This record gives sequence, structure tokens and C-alpha cells, in this order.
Amino acid sequence: MNRKRLLAALLITCLLLLAGCASSQQWGWYVVNPMVHRGRINLLFLMSGIPWTIMLTLCCVLISNLLGFLISLLGLAEQRIAHLVYRGYVEVFRSIPPLVSIFWVYYGLPILIDVGLEPFPAGMLALSLYGSAFMAEIFRGGVQSIERGQFEASRTLGLGYFDTMRFVIFPQALRRSLPAIGNQLVIMLKMTSLVSVIGVSEVLRRGNELAVTEYRPLEIYSFVALQYLVLVLIVSAGVRKLERRMGSDERQSGRAVTE
Amino acid sequence: MPEAPVVSMQAVNKWFGQLQVLKDINLSVSSGERVVICGPSGSGKSTLIRCICELENHQQGSIAVNDKTLATGPHRGANQGGEVGMVFQQFNLFPHMTVLRNLTLAPMRVRDLSRAEAEELAMQYLERVRIPDQAQKLPGQLSGGQQQRVAIARSLCMQPRLMLFDEPTSALDPEMISEVLETIIELADEGMTMICVTHEMGFAKRVADQMIFMDGGEIVERAAPGKFFSSPDHGRTQQFLSQILSH
Ligand SMILES: Nc1ncnc2c1ncn2[C@@H]1O[C@H](COP(=O)(O)OP(=O)(O)OP(=O)(O)O)[C@@H](O)[C@H]1O
Ligand SMILES: [Mg+2]
Repeated sequence: MNRKRLLAALLITCLLLLAGCASSQQWGWYVVNPMVHRGRINLLFLMSGIPWTIMLTLCCVLISNLLGFLISLLGLAEQRIAHLVYRGYVEVFRSIPPLVSIFWVYYGLPILIDVGLEPFPAGMLALSLYGSAFMAEIFRGGVQSIERGQFEASRTLGLGYFDTMRFVIFPQALRRSLPAIGNQLVIMLKMTSLVSVIGVSEVLRRGNELAVTEYRPLEIYSFVALQYLVLVLIVSAGVRKLERRMGSDERQSGRAVTE
Repeated sequence: MPEAPVVSMQAVNKWFGQLQVLKDINLSVSSGERVVICGPSGSGKSTLIRCICELENHQQGSIAVNDKTLATGPHRGANQGGEVGMVFQQFNLFPHMTVLRNLTLAPMRVRDLSRAEAEELAMQYLERVRIPDQAQKLPGQLSGGQQQRVAIARSLCMQPRLMLFDEPTSALDPEMISEVLETIIELADEGMTMICVTHEMGFAKRVADQMIFMDGGEIVERAAPGKFFSSPDHGRTQQFLSQILSH
């Protein structure tokens, strides 16, 4: 089912590109044609960005999840001051456009802390902070969607706050948040292309570099787009699979509990 | 010397904002006693028993449970470590855990039992509520009556000295009510101290030592079931009973 959908999407893209190729002289596929030497070199160069894109995505997703989770605890605490800090954090990092925060961290922050940042950690930091604001909202919403009865049952059984969260609330909240988390993963993957502006050699940066030497932006950016398409399709297939595996029993029991 | 009561409430008042939901409640439940509370919707029955298991805090008066005085005021005190079992109308089982895990979680985390000990205890109580064969299922795979019996077994695993029931059969289909009531009756026959909010009057007659009728946050009438059902003192009780029994 998933594989079929993936294949269909790829096929349509390839057909579109081929159609364009056959119908006009504006296309010059030789730059990325795997059958010719120069095309192969270019393709390898373009694809050498993939590991960076993947690595950056993984780091950003990991950090923004961890950070978002910790921040969400503030939003779930009963103290007013914790709520204020939570609101402040979320509003600030959600409101700054990610491109602006990339520039700020890369060019601005070193002046403030007097230490230069490499492009990769700078981009990672900026995107992770941006993503963590969204993750915090997702986690908080997930926990708050759990029925009050679950907290009350835990309490009358004598479970403490920590055990209640760990064994009863978070596992259920995580399942409910999975679609939103998966969505965030896809968004983060695409957002890593922004760090091309500060010179991380990820997929888009490779495209930019090749485009200025080959003067073939149409073919090169088409291939860049294709790379993102493939990566995103793989990620969303994985997320759907995870959702099915983790979500099935929740759905069964959810029905009975809310009947 | 007589044993101290399991629950002792003196002049308890509670408000939700402006609304007073408990008015001058005095209640004493001794060990082994079975109290049934009934009354119209909104009369404060749930609030009363939720104060006893510290899901709510009262603002005035004193509540002592198992010789421990409960804190007043807006903030919640530490919970009672499973000493008071509570069975909810909506079961409130943990839907992502198997029945067995639902039962073993608190004994393992709160009472520090090993997994083997906790599972043995859990199976013992599942036998008692007659569903040992459902141990590995998820709550959502059970019928409502079975889920409520699991919930009762889950509370019993903490070996509470007092069991509270808040309309335990109100969310059930009619054909499942009796299996849950029978489970509670057995528990009563074994000498468990309990307070049960219910409108199942046949059941009340069968188990209650003390019947309580609440209205508008007050205890209007309290009597042994014989007197309560045949000749209640108050007009409001009579009216309520005739409404309930005519259904
Ligand atoms: N958390 C709350 N905040 C504000 N008001 C509340 C809250 N819980 C209950 N109340 C109010 O307190 C009053 C008593 O409620 P309670 O649930 O104790 O009644 P009850 O006798 O159990 O009714 P029912 O038979 O409908 O369960 C009601 O008027 C209700 O609206
Ligand atoms: Mg109620």
C-alpha cells in the first residue's frame, strides 16, 4: 500500500520531467544524466548533500523533541511562573521566522558570546529552538487531551506524580501526538534546506553550487526537489507504519473508554 | 474500647467558587460498615466521597480517614498511598496496558512488590472477580461489566481498608449491572468497609448497614435500610424514593 503510493508519486514526477524533456529544447538533461560521465559526476555531487540533510534533520528532530518535552513540563506544571516561562518560550521561538533565527545565531550570537559557530551547529541550534516550540505545544496538548479520570485513578491507587506521568499519561499522550510529531518531522526535514544560506553542504546547497557552475538551474533544482520528495516519502511511510503499530490498541480501547 | 471509625467527618463544608456543595456534613463509618448514599443529581454525593479519597479538598470541618486527618484548603495533600480504594463510574482503566499490568502497576511502584509477587496478587484478585482468563487482554477488548470488575480488582490489589464506589453501574448496559453488583456484594460479605453511591435500591437493601439520602449538599436522612425504605422521616426522601422506585 505504502510502497505503491511511493512508486506512484515517483512515477508521476519522472513522467513530468521526461515530458518536459521531450517537448522543448530548454531542457538539458545531460547535466544530471547518469548515462554520461559528466552527468554522473554531477549527480554524485548533488547527492553528496543527502547525508548532511539527514544528519541535520536527525539532530534537529532529536534536540527539538527533547527540548520541547522539557519545556512542555513547564506548561503542564501548576505554578503560575512556570506557565509564564512556558508561554514566553513558545511565543518567542514560534514567532521568529526560522531563516531569521539562522542568521541571528550564525552572525549575531558569536558577537554576543565571543565564540564563532560553525555553520552546522549554528543551523542545528536555530532550527532546534524553532522546532522545540512546536514540539512543546504538541506534547502539552497531548497530555491535556488525556481524560481527568486517568489522573484520578492513578492518584487513588497511590501513584506519585512522576509514576503517573511516566506509566499512565505520557505513553497515551505520545500515541495521540504521533500524527502531529510525524508532521513536524517532515517539516523539519524540509526546513533544513534553509541552512544552505550559511553554507552547510546539504542538498539545496549542493544544488546552488552546481547551478552556478553549470548554468542549468531547471534540471538541477528539479533533481534537488526530487531528492526532497524521496526523503519525505520515506519518512512519512515510516511514520505511518509506526502510527499503525503503536496506535492500534489505543484506538480499540479508546472506543470502549469513551463510550 | 471501641475501634476508631475508618472515616470520620465533622461539620464539613465545601464550596466550588460561590456554590456550596457540602453543608455541615457529619459522617462516621466504622470498620466493616457498609454505607449507601443516594440522592438527586448535583446533590454532592460524588463530591462527598471524592473528599474522602482526597480527589477534592474540603474547606471547613475535619475529615479523618484511617486515623489520618486530611488537609483542608485549595492545595492537594499527598495521596493516601492506595489505602482508600475508589471505583469510578467510567472505570478509568489504563487503556494502553493489559489487564494484568493495570493491576500490578501500583503494587509494584507504590508497595515495592516484585513483578512475580504483584502478578500473583493480581491473579488472586482476578480470580475473585471471576475474569482470570482476561489477564492478557487490553481493557478495550472487554465488556463494560468486565472492565468495571477489573477496576474493582485493581483497587483491591492495593489492599485498601476502605472501598468507595461512585455509581459503579451507571455507565453499564442493563445486562451487565448484576455481575458488578454481585462482585460488590461478595466484597461486602467478606467484611470490607465501603461507601457506595448508587441508585440500585435492591442492591442497597441487600448490603447497606446505613442508608444516607443527600439533597442540596446536605445529609437529609440517615437510617437503617429497613426504616429508610419503609418509613423515611423526610418528605424529600419519600419523594425521591417514589421517583426512583417507579422506574
Ligand atoms: N470541579 C467542579 N467545579 C465546580 N463545580 C462542581 C465541580 N464538581 C462538581 N461541581 C458542582 O457541585 C455540585 C455537586 O456535584 P456532585 O458531582 O458532587 O453531585 P452528585 O450528587 O454526584 O450528582 P450526580 O448524581 O449527577 O453524579 C453540582 O452542582 C456540580 O455542578
Ligand atoms: Mg456523581
